[in-house]
Amino acid sequence: MQKKLLFVALLAAACVLPFVLPSYAVFQATMVIAYALALLGLNLLTGYNGQISLGHGAFFALGAYVAAMLMEQAGWPYWATLPAAALAGGVVGYLFGLPALKLDGVYLALATFALGVATPQLLKYKGFEAWTGGSQGLVLAKPEAPFGLPLNSDQWLYFFSLAVAIALFAAARNLLRGSAGLRVVAVRDHAIAAQAMGIDNARVKTLTFGISAMYTSVGGALSAIVVQFVAPDSFSVFLSITLLVGAVVGGLASLSGALYGALFIQFVPQLAEQVSKAAPWAVYGAILLALMLVWPTGMAGGAARLQTWFNRRRQP
Amino acid sequence: MNAFFAQLMSGLATGGIYASLALALVMIYRSTHHVNFAQGEMAMFSTFIASMLLQAGWPYWAAFFATVVIAFVMGAAIEAVLVRRLRHAPVLAIVVVFVALLVILHSLAGWLFGYTIRSFPSPFAEAAVAGGLLSPHQLGAIGVTLLMLALMYLFFRYSPLGLQMRATAENPTSSRLVGVRVNRMLALGWGLAGAIGAVAGMMVAPVVFLDVHMMSGVLLYAFAAAVLGGIGSAPGAVAGGFIVGVLENLLGTYVVGAELKLSVALVLIIVVLVAKPSGLFGKAIVVRV
Amino acid sequence: MKTIIFGLAAALALACGSAAAQKKYDPGASDTEIRIGQTMPYSGSASIYGEVGKTQAAYFRMLNEQGGVNGRKINFISLDDAYSPPKTVEGVRKLVEQEQVLLLYGMFGTATNTAIHRYVNAKKVPHLLLLTGASKWNDPKAHPWSMGFYPDYPSEARVYARQILEQRPNAKIAVLYQNDDYGRDYLKGFKEGLGAKAKGMIVSEASYEVTDPTVDSQIVQLKGSGADVLVSFSTAKAAIQTLRKLHDTGWKPTHYLAQGAALIGAVFNPAGPEKAIGVISTAYSKDPNDTQWENDAAFREWLAFMKKYRPEADLRLGSHVYAYSSARLMTDILRACGDNLTRENVLRQAAAIKAVQLPMFLPGVVVSSSPDDYRLIKSLQPVQFDGKRWTRLGAFVPIF
Repeated sequence: MQKKLLFVALLAAACVLPFVLPSYAVFQATMVIAYALALLGLNLLTGYNGQISLGHGAFFALGAYVAAMLMEQAGWPYWATLPAAALAGGVVGYLFGLPALKLDGVYLALATFALGVATPQLLKYKGFEAWTGGSQGLVLAKPEAPFGLPLNSDQWLYFFSLAVAIALFAAARNLLRGSAGLRVVAVRDHAIAAQAMGIDNARVKTLTFGISAMYTSVGGALSAIVVQFVAPDSFSVFLSITLLVGAVVGGLASLSGALYGALFIQFVPQLAEQVSKAAPWAVYGAILLALMLVWPTGMAGGAARLQTWFNRRRQP
Repeated sequence: MNAFFAQLMSGLATGGIYASLALALVMIYRSTHHVNFAQGEMAMFSTFIASMLLQAGWPYWAAFFATVVIAFVMGAAIEAVLVRRLRHAPVLAIVVVFVALLVILHSLAGWLFGYTIRSFPSPFAEAAVAGGLLSPHQLGAIGVTLLMLALMYLFFRYSPLGLQMRATAENPTSSRLVGVRVNRMLALGWGLAGAIGAVAGMMVAPVVFLDVHMMSGVLLYAFAAAVLGGIGSAPGAVAGGFIVGVLENLLGTYVVGAELKLSVALVLIIVVLVAKPSGLFGKAIVVRV
Repeated sequence: MKTIIFGLAAALALACGSAAAQKKYDPGASDTEIRIGQTMPYSGSASIYGEVGKTQAAYFRMLNEQGGVNGRKINFISLDDAYSPPKTVEGVRKLVEQEQVLLLYGMFGTATNTAIHRYVNAKKVPHLLLLTGASKWNDPKAHPWSMGFYPDYPSEARVYARQILEQRPNAKIAVLYQNDDYGRDYLKGFKEGLGAKAKGMIVSEASYEVTDPTVDSQIVQLKGSGADVLVSFSTAKAAIQTLRKLHDTGWKPTHYLAQGAALIGAVFNPAGPEKAIGVISTAYSKDPNDTQWENDAAFREWLAFMKKYRPEADLRLGSHVYAYSSARLMTDILRACGDNLTRENVLRQAAAIKAVQLPMFLPGVVVSSSPDDYRLIKSLQPVQFDGKRWTRLGAFVPIF
């Protein structure tokens, strides 16, 4: 009951935000939502299913470019690009999950790392230039609020993204709570026992890869619509690493972790820049280190511990 | 044919670069079962220290050995202060810590040493050899890599200390029970990896020139080399390095052109791994359920 | 009667006079300060260009110490975008919407500036003196608020093409280019410059990524094509490696090098200056390590500025010369605005620069602009390196 109240309160706050904050801050908040979706995808794969991915930036890029190309080259409306991005992500993720079945731990890490590194080069490839805009990238038009609603562009995009995110988070929650979720986690915790109990490990793993990629692609598509620009430089391997950092810092195997992680990757670099102009990333790294030393299970884990401590104190 | 041979030589030269960093990665893996993503930055940082010593007037070999020692101490210190605390943390938390290290070292290096590109001297003579396809330095660097490989192999296989380190990585609890000083072994492993990285950096810098991004591009290839060869195998890592170097060159020149060589090379690596999941020279570990 | 008329006339004149002297401000300008914003890659793969931002900041510090512009101090806000376009968008929106800067100045990078191109033109914010050579910044009709600073890359490449057609019409050309919009823009212009002969003359092309450890393989490949002319559209690191590999393999083509990498201190010296003898490039500014400028008054002034305001900087970088020159031009534009500091007036002054000889530019390279033509630098001087300094190769070439 308490949790439900908290949730409603947060939702209310989220709805009020765009009317209180200046325009560019609403833009930043929408980026947080896009990253949260992306991190949820990564979390599904790495946190709940135990398959490490150092290359999820590739799926983020995939979603972004699918959205951009459909909008710019084929004239699709922005909202229609989301299902397309989801489909593309799901299919590619599933296909990548197939060879990934044979890889484990370090080897899977390398394969996904390779994917993340190859992404910018693929995006720049001359052969695709007519579609992708090559190194120059694609500039997108900004969507306006429909039906003449009294919202400016930033506010509308925020609400749009929020609605999409809530729907997708709810879907993930249902998935994880049901038997599918149990299977996903079982494969992570003890693959052999899971297999022995009749779970089709291969199917679970590849499907999880597909769904994970799907979520991240939708996040990428949203980010493209909000930033109104895609270029290969936006999707370097550093993005993949940032996503992993976000997922871990936020808290793996937890839905709220995706949100914490998104807030981290959006705002902490700026914070670090304010602390030190000379070596901001050193400060960022130091903050990361500190967080990992104190809360190895991420901020969601830390929040859970706080909750337990709090509850314990409440009991007589 | 001449052009092909030239590309082959060129590939071996770059392969040597990958192989030397891959050795450092393997060293850490064998002693701790972790893959240290910050290895490249540690090597770059050590090379900058060497550069500063040389600028201050130190003779080459004095600077070289001093840097190796400093790198050893740095590596051991990082283990003792940082990595040890995360002994019982989830694997991914440790990965994030390595990422943090990478970012910190990179940023510090830029702040302390600046972003301009420097040359770095080579201990090997300057003449052109083999028609200019391989400079004496590149040959020398490959030689040094092979020497380090031999030393590592002998160390792990035949020395009691090497055995203790392997035991520590395999099963720290049991090792402790039989009297192995686990903490010391871990610090030693990191220290040695730091030292190997420093040597790798000082061999690589004369070829690629020293700057903050020197190892950023190399890391992926070194990682690929180590995994391709089997992450626990030092000879595998070196062989992997040469294979990756040659493959990258040949693919880039003859098959797909430089614009796609990264993607294709990596697809190939994935294909190899799928065919042989524990690497070319790795041993398949059979786990008792 | 006369007195009344005279009095009225005087009052009228006074009223008109004060109306003309009335100050006009847009957001970012006031009686005491002018806010200028930018984003720069202070971190990430292009972090070396962060030096430009630091020197620009130093110039404005010096300016403020000397009293500012028309009595107003410059408040220079420079944010890090790590060369990532989404971060540029975020930073620029913050600068325009929260920090309320009057204009954006001196931003670096093609992808990063492209990301905000539409935004700044829609919001009518002057987006001036950009440090990128893409051709899209000279577009007064569609994007009047954006103005570049460098001569654009394709124009420079066309100069090389023309030179090769005139002096080596039977040449076999090999091209090395960086695989991003920098290198590709150059390549495109080069091929346009060669026209119909491009297919026949270019015998081999090789690209490299910024993250590639070496370009040795590419040089070996290009050498194998039998070319006698090498054109390098690369940046500093690849250029250094190229010079060294050329020396090692004994290949001695006529070597044309993109201006951004043609620096004595940052590129030729680390490779070994004797390896760069004969390299041809174009120039519009004074190379900081070229001894022929030792006794030049303007050069000495620049050196003194760097020593006082950026003592920790590495003087070999070309960045500091560009930063100093563009900051000086920016100051001139602001000074010409007088008390009318609206964004529209800033743009008007920027599009009305009349033949300014910037101190660190080569004598004879004047900067000018007009509302139809935003290209500030309209001619380039072909130069050749003789082992110690740059010597002029013929007359200035107008850029077309």
